[in-house]
Amino acid sequence: MEYYLNLFIKAVFIENIALAFFLGMCTFLAISKKIGPAIGLGQAVVVVLTLTVPINNFIYNNILAEGALSWAGLDDTNLEFLHLISFIGIIAAMVQILEMFLDKYVPVLYNALGTFLPLITVNCAILGASLFMKERSYNFTESIVYGFGAGIGWLLAIVALAGITERLRYADIPEGLQGLGITFITVGLMCFGFMSFGGISL
Amino acid sequence: MSKAREVLLNPIFNENPIALQILGICSALAVTSNLYVTLIMCVALTSVICFSNLFVSLIRNHIPTNIRIIVQMTIISSLVILVDEILKAFDYETSKQIGVFVGLIITNCIVMGRAEAYAMQNSAGMSFLDGLGNGLGYSIILIVVAIFRELIGAGSLAGYEILPLVQNGGWYIGNNYFLLPPSSFVIIGLLIWALRAWKTDQVEEPQFKIQSNSLEAEERRV
Repeated sequence: MEYYLNLFIKAVFIENIALAFFLGMCTFLAISKKIGPAIGLGQAVVVVLTLTVPINNFIYNNILAEGALSWAGLDDTNLEFLHLISFIGIIAAMVQILEMFLDKYVPVLYNALGTFLPLITVNCAILGASLFMKERSYNFTESIVYGFGAGIGWLLAIVALAGITERLRYADIPEGLQGLGITFITVGLMCFGFMSFGGISL
Repeated sequence: MSKAREVLLNPIFNENPIALQILGICSALAVTSNLYVTLIMCVALTSVICFSNLFVSLIRNHIPTNIRIIVQMTIISSLVILVDEILKAFDYETSKQIGVFVGLIITNCIVMGRAEAYAMQNSAGMSFLDGLGNGLGYSIILIVVAIFRELIGAGSLAGYEILPLVQNGGWYIGNNYFLLPPSSFVIIGLLIWALRAWKTDQVEEPQFKIQSNSLEAEERRV
């Protein structure tokens, strides 16, 4: 149990997917002007990551990895080169299914997340988490914990940035630095803050 | 011919994908600590974006509208797999260093964005040029960031020593700040500032205009 807790904390703080690996930056910078939408997008990322990382893990370990098809009698088949295309396919399909499911059965949640879901297919945080899962060879349970933790970390980062950006309205920023420029510098400083977690070893 | 030139050169300064369109930033940050790695990444991305634009444009009249995203995604992923395999075959060390970032070209919004916004409406040749232009616009920002980071941080460029470091008996003390990934955010922020000081039409409206204080207003009245 303690191992999984450590993995979770590591995914949220030390290896924060937005501020330590810079994934999902485009939506991160574009949707961080107000706290409300930032929370909505963050929640959508948490849901999609918690679902897609374990599913990709299952598919990778049972179909794509070297020797994984031995249950079907194909011992020396190696489909590893297909992992990129199958991961992105699964993510696109999952987002679509989730959208239809929420629309039909949980309209409240659909109204909260709906507009953000299509954005998520091209969010590199989602594909990135799956690729890290493959690179670090997590097992199924670990991938559930990692997916959830990475999502929470991203949510935390975007909400914090949105809070800072809202406050920045009252700052007197030089003209050429307005908007995107100052956001970049803010994120740079936030990353330094998060680097201080790097010294923690779990 | 002038239109082709415009399509090719516009994305470099006037509509830069990173500095103005907020596209493709993710990979721009993590791979810029060394000029050589950055160049490899730029070549990989530029070739993917050129050919994805070309192929999407070639079959644009045969793609049903409601499944176009998945078709574009399939084309892009196949190209990325190709680039990944080529890199692994010819430069395994660098491919290890870049790690997941070549795979992440798939979700790089520049590629997807150009396929959707340009290649779906324009002829194959023009789309190829548009891809090349956007790839160069992306590359130029990455290369400038990498030059700053490697030169100031480690005193070298692409591994060759330019400023001899104190550790090696020289005079230059490397600034470790520039070797850390977050510094690239600050550098890009300052680059955007420089670009917008030059091309003033790219400046964004402030969300909240600060009033000049009463003392200044008083002075103006007098």
